[in-house]
Parts: sequence; C-alpha cells; structure tokens
Amino acid sequence: MASLSTTPAIQQDIAEEGVSTRRGWQETFSNALIITRREVRDSFRDWRIIAPILILTFFFPFLAQAIASQFAQFLRGYGAEIIGERTIPFLLMIVGFFPISISLVIALETFVGEKERRSLEPLLSTPLSNTELYIGKTLSAMIPPLIASFGGMLVYLVTLLSGELQWRPASMLIIQIFLLTLVQALVMVTGAVVVSSQTTSTRAANLLASFIIIPMTLLINAESVIMFLAPDATSPNGIGALWAIIVGMVIVTVLLLRMGNSIFNREELLGRMIDQVNIWGILRKIGRYIVATDDKGTPATNLITWYRYAVPYSLAKVKIPIIITVGVFVVAFVFGYVVGISPDWRITLPPAENFGATGDLFSSFLGSEAQSEAFGLILWQNVRVLLLALFLAIFSFGIAAYIVVPSVFIILGYLLAQVILNNYPVALFFGAVIPHGVVEIPAIILATATIFRMGSIITRPPKGNALGHAWLMAMGDTIKIGVGVILPMLAIASLLEVTLTPAVVAQVLSSF
Amino acid sequence: MIETFELSKTFDDFKAVENVTLSVKSGEVLAMLGPNGAGKTTTVRMMTSILPPTHGWAKLAGFDVVKQPEQVRSHVGVLTEQHGHYERMKGLEYLDFFGELYHISKPVRRQRAKDLMERFGLEDAINRRVGDYSKGMKQKLALVRAMLHNPPVLLLDEPTSAMDPQSAKQVRDAIIELQRDERTFMITTHNLNEAELLADKIAIIRHGRIIASGSFDELARQFVGETIMELRLQGAVNGLEKDLAEWVKIESTGENWLRYQVPSPQETNPVLIKKLVEMGVNVVALLPVTQTLEDIYLQVVKEDESQQSKKES
Repeated sequence: MASLSTTPAIQQDIAEEGVSTRRGWQETFSNALIITRREVRDSFRDWRIIAPILILTFFFPFLAQAIASQFAQFLRGYGAEIIGERTIPFLLMIVGFFPISISLVIALETFVGEKERRSLEPLLSTPLSNTELYIGKTLSAMIPPLIASFGGMLVYLVTLLSGELQWRPASMLIIQIFLLTLVQALVMVTGAVVVSSQTTSTRAANLLASFIIIPMTLLINAESVIMFLAPDATSPNGIGALWAIIVGMVIVTVLLLRMGNSIFNREELLGRMIDQVNIWGILRKIGRYIVATDDKGTPATNLITWYRYAVPYSLAKVKIPIIITVGVFVVAFVFGYVVGISPDWRITLPPAENFGATGDLFSSFLGSEAQSEAFGLILWQNVRVLLLALFLAIFSFGIAAYIVVPSVFIILGYLLAQVILNNYPVALFFGAVIPHGVVEIPAIILATATIFRMGSIITRPPKGNALGHAWLMAMGDTIKIGVGVILPMLAIASLLEVTLTPAVVAQVLSSF
Repeated sequence: MIETFELSKTFDDFKAVENVTLSVKSGEVLAMLGPNGAGKTTTVRMMTSILPPTHGWAKLAGFDVVKQPEQVRSHVGVLTEQHGHYERMKGLEYLDFFGELYHISKPVRRQRAKDLMERFGLEDAINRRVGDYSKGMKQKLALVRAMLHNPPVLLLDEPTSAMDPQSAKQVRDAIIELQRDERTFMITTHNLNEAELLADKIAIIRHGRIIASGSFDELARQFVGETIMELRLQGAVNGLEKDLAEWVKIESTGENWLRYQVPSPQETNPVLIKKLVEMGVNVVALLPVTQTLEDIYLQVVKEDESQQSKKES
C-alpha cells in the first residue's frame, strides 16, 4: 500500500519553489499560465464554445465575402461603387468582432460559472496569489476567441485580396482594425471580470453584461461611420479618430484591469453569496458614513462634533485628489492661455475707451433686483455643473471630473490671454475673478477632488474594503463634504460674486 | 501547528466568528463540532487565508494567515465544504493540475497522484472524467487533492460525509496514519462517532463562539459529570440503593439494576463490591455506562442555550 507521508521529493519541490512570497513578474506570469492552460483546454472541450468559434472562423468570413461581393455588384449597377468599397473594412471588423464577443461569454462563465459550480474554493486554497489567478483567468477568456477572431479576419482578408473584389486596403487601416479587435476583446473581458466578481449567478452576470455589450455596440457603430467616411490612410482625421478610440480603449482597459485586480480577491469572490437589493440598508449605510467621525464609524452626536471630527475625517481622504486637481487646473489654465495667444484663436476686442460706461453698468447692477436673482442663478450654475461632473464621473472611473470642471480654467486662461493681447488692464481680469474666486476656486478644487475620488474609488477600493462597501463610504464622504463644506462655500462665493466683484470691477473700470 | 487567538470575522453587522482561540499541536487531531451556520466554514476559510480576520490572529505551520498567505496555503491541505471539481477533466489530469499549482515536479506529482488514488481505491478511475465519478469518489478525489502536496496541516470539512462505510474507514485509517507521522488535523464534522474515534481535542462552536473545548475526558467531566456505573443484580434491588447511598450517589434504579455516580471508580468500586458480598447480594455485572460525545455535545448545547436565554431575558 502506498505511503501517505514519505514523499521527500515533494517536500523538496515545495521548499525550493512553492513558498516564495516576493514573486517576480516572470514567476507570476508562469503561475498564471498554469490556470490559463487548464481553462483553455477546458474551453476547447466544450462544444458550446468550440462550435461557434469554428463556424465564425471558417464559415462566416466566406458568408461575409459573398455578401460583400453581391452588395458591391448591386451598387455598381447604380454607379455607387464607393459605398460597396467603404463597407468592406466594416465587414472585416465585424468578422473579427463576432468571435471576440464569445470572450464575454467565456469570461462570465470562467469566473461566475466556477463560483456557481463551487469549484472556486479549492483553487483559492492553493498558493496562487490573487493577481496570478486574475491574470490566468483573464488570459484564458481571451485566447480562444482572439485566435478565432484573428483567424476569421485572416481568412476573410485572403478571400478579399484574392477573390473577385481584389480589395487593396491601406496597410495602416488593417493594422488599426486588428488593434481595435484586440482592445475590444480586452475591454470586454476585463469588464466581464468586474461584472462576474460582483455577481453570484451566471444569469445575473449575463444581465449585467448588457452594460458592456451596449457601449461596445455603440462604439462599433461609431467606428463603422469613421471607416465609411475615412476609409484609408489618406484621411488623417479619420485615421486619427480611430487611433483616439484605440488609445481611449487602452485607457479603459488599464482602469478595468486595475479595478479587476483590486476587487478580484478571495473575500470578494467567496464572501458574496446573494445579490439581494436592500435599498434601506444602502441608505442606512450611507447615512452612517455621513455622520462617521472615524474608521470604526463612531457617529457625530451633534452639528458641532460633526464639523469638528466627521468633516475633517472625510477631508483627510481627499488630500491626494486635491493635489492632482490643483495640478490639472494649473495645466488647464496654462493650456487655455497658450491657445489664447496663438494667432488662430486670438480675438480682437473693442478698444478700452468705453470702460466708463461699462463701469456705470456694473454700478447700476449693485442694489438692483437682478443682483438678488443673480445670486441664485450663479449658485445653481455651479451646483449643476458639479452634479453633472459627479454623475459622469461615477460612470467614467472619475475621468469626467477632469473633463467637465477644468474647462472653466481653460476659458479663464484663454480670457487672460485676450485681456493681455488687447492691451486691457490685467487688474480688470483679476478684479473680476479674485474677489469671489478666493472662495469659489478652493470650493471647486475640493469639489472636483471629491468627485474624482467618488468616481475612481471602484478602480482601487481601500484595502480590506469590499467594492460596494468602499463605494457607499465614498458616497457618504461626498455628501458630507458637499453639504458641509462645498455648498456653504459656493453660497458665500455667489454672494461675493453679486456684491463685491461688481463693485471691484466698477472701481477698476472707473479708474481708467 | 495550529494556533489561533481571538480569531473573529464580521460581515457588516453579522458576527460570523467571535474570539476563537485554539491550539493544536503537531500530531494532534482537533474535531470542531457545531450546528450548520455555527461558523466552522468561516473559521476554516480564515485559516487558509481566504478570508482575512476582522480581529485576532491565526498561525498554521508557523505561518501567519494575514502576513504569509501563500506560505500558509503551501503548507495546508484543505478539503472544502463543497468540493466542486472540474468535471470535464480526467482524475489524474485534475490532480496533475493542482500538483503543478503547488510546484511539484511533473514525475513526482504524477507518481504521488497515482499512489494516492490507488490508496483510496480510485486506481480504476485515473483516466475517467471526474464528471462520471460517484459522489463518494468525488469526495475521495478532493481528499487526495488536499493530501497531494503532503502538507503538515490538514483542514478537512466533513471528510466522510458522502462516503460508504468502507470508504469512510479508509479515510479514517489514512488520518490515523498521517497523525502518527506528526501531521496536524482540524476536522469539522457532524459525525460524532467519527470525532470521538479520531479527535485528541474537541471544540464545540455555536453562533461563532467556542462554547466548549478540551479532550473527550475533560469535556465529559465538565459537562456530563462523574463516571456512571451500572450494577446488575441476580435478584430485585429491594431498597439496596439506601444502603449504598452512604458511598455513592445513586442516579437511577430499575427492577434488578441501579446506576450510581462515582468520582473515582478505581477507589470506590472495590470497597463497594466487598460490601455487596458481605451483604450477600449476588452481583451479575458491574459496568461503566458509556458516555458518548453525543451526550456531551447535547449537554453543552443545552447549557449554552439556557445561558443565552438567561442573557436575553
């Protein structure tokens, strides 16, 4: 009978290789590939995966080629060959896209399917790190569909090049289509990993996958329009637009990878057992975070302790986003100024001799009915811009925070350039900005930083926090800072903008 | 080999495991008993670095579950509660995959997998798809997977639950053999006979807390009381209990038998037998009444329940 314990060879193997914690990339990748090999082998044993891959690789390209020929022939009859020719790149992309859409199915199956079949826990009990598991499974979801996709595209290309159509595309376009296919697969798989780690059943994961499929379909529509309008390397704007899409998708992939790697951890995968929605529970949690004064969740007992402990506790969490925001705003301002001084963008303003009349206009504004109305309008304008930025940031990993708000600083930089170039007094610019800007600019910086944190928290939840927990906590902090600090500051800034700023501007104008 | 101190896990507001402190030495078997949902699986998951503890610490084979998760998993074999397999793989191929994850060289892991499969009666199933295995075979395969890298610590969740008596015996024999070889075990089970047979130490967990722990004898003394002896007579008892009450505490009587509690049977029983002979009582048999782990378990749970209801009221 075989012995259960006398296996020195095994102990030696483990002693030599199995227990290192500081793993280099080579070892991480090698460990990940063990998972990938098994998963790919398993995928190729599943007829539900292999049948569509084979059909889409070897049958669909011929079908697409036949349709393209018929279509081209039909259009030729009406003298509209160009329409047929320009549809070909789109068909090439579709031939590649259909197989990679399977990557989404495999990714969902690989993660949530394994969770459902309860085979994940034994795997999680092995010495593999979270990153190795994540990389291994991501690669395994991508490799079979990408093989099918590139295979199908090559078959289709060969039929186009050698067949009746004798298509001669620009090589750059072909490279772009292959790259687009690759990044689309990356986005779908990395997105599917995020979806599947947050669900407990394949059914729920498939439903949530529409959040990936719908934007991808819209993107492909956009790509097809670009290809139709600018189908070759001689159309720089079109080619540039496709490169921009590729770069944008690479950025999304990096963010999704970062997010996936953060949330693909053992607790998140095994701890989540039900997908039940509990609105009251969510609201209660957010409420708790709004009044929390520390990590333990100790609540503030009154408004004074809330301002004294709870608000500074949340403000401390946006220190780094504040530094980033200040940097972005400075860059935006400088960018606006640089654009403003370039001859193409320069505008000629009326000469400065009418300053006196303008100053009177500002003076008459003070104490008028319009002044009290302006207070509400200015405040509402600032609030709605920030709310829009918050809404978009939640769906863009925080990126929108640095698109919507900095545009104001680009405009300010641009205006300063015009003031200087038109020989207006610089004091006029600062007089119009500084009196209320002293309060408004810090408020906007703080708001943007908080919005960025809110949107980006899902890409890397704080250590020890589940994704949902971290998101709700960030939401609590955002509401706390928004109501407790930003809103009062914006109200003060609006008040200054309708009282002090017009007075200062009138004073500056009258002095010339 | 297994050491935990105030190990706790909280999910939101729910305390799944609370202040679990255990110590299991090399070569010992700890049986963790408790109803479903008591916190056994969460404890095992914390011990295998799958779930990080909210409070406290645990060390397995000398490695900290939070600071050295990969080392812990390298040195621990786990039979999980639900031993889901990759059903499209063949038995040997499946074990080969896990052996590779533990960085065991190919020839060694292949041989080891074959030996273990043979040991557990799976030699004919080496090249069969796991999906075609019976429930018991799948459980054995999961056990082989846990033992594949020859770990010094094994955490086995219900190791024989789906097995026929013969297979269950094979597993128990394997545990005993490995125990002799200084392997350390923690077994969670509902099979109290098995726990009694294998365990050096028993821990009873309820609502995430260890409500009793120690060796069988310690628990028996603590919760069931002194040894109970049964005296069988040739004739009727006829008020004999009153005469014996001077030496022992009578627990119950029947027509021709009586049971008594005694703190030290070695000292009391010879004196008692002498007295009975002097009294002319014909003794048929004097036997200890077997206290089972079930008695202890039920008593522990009963006491905990009454403590809980006192606290609540």
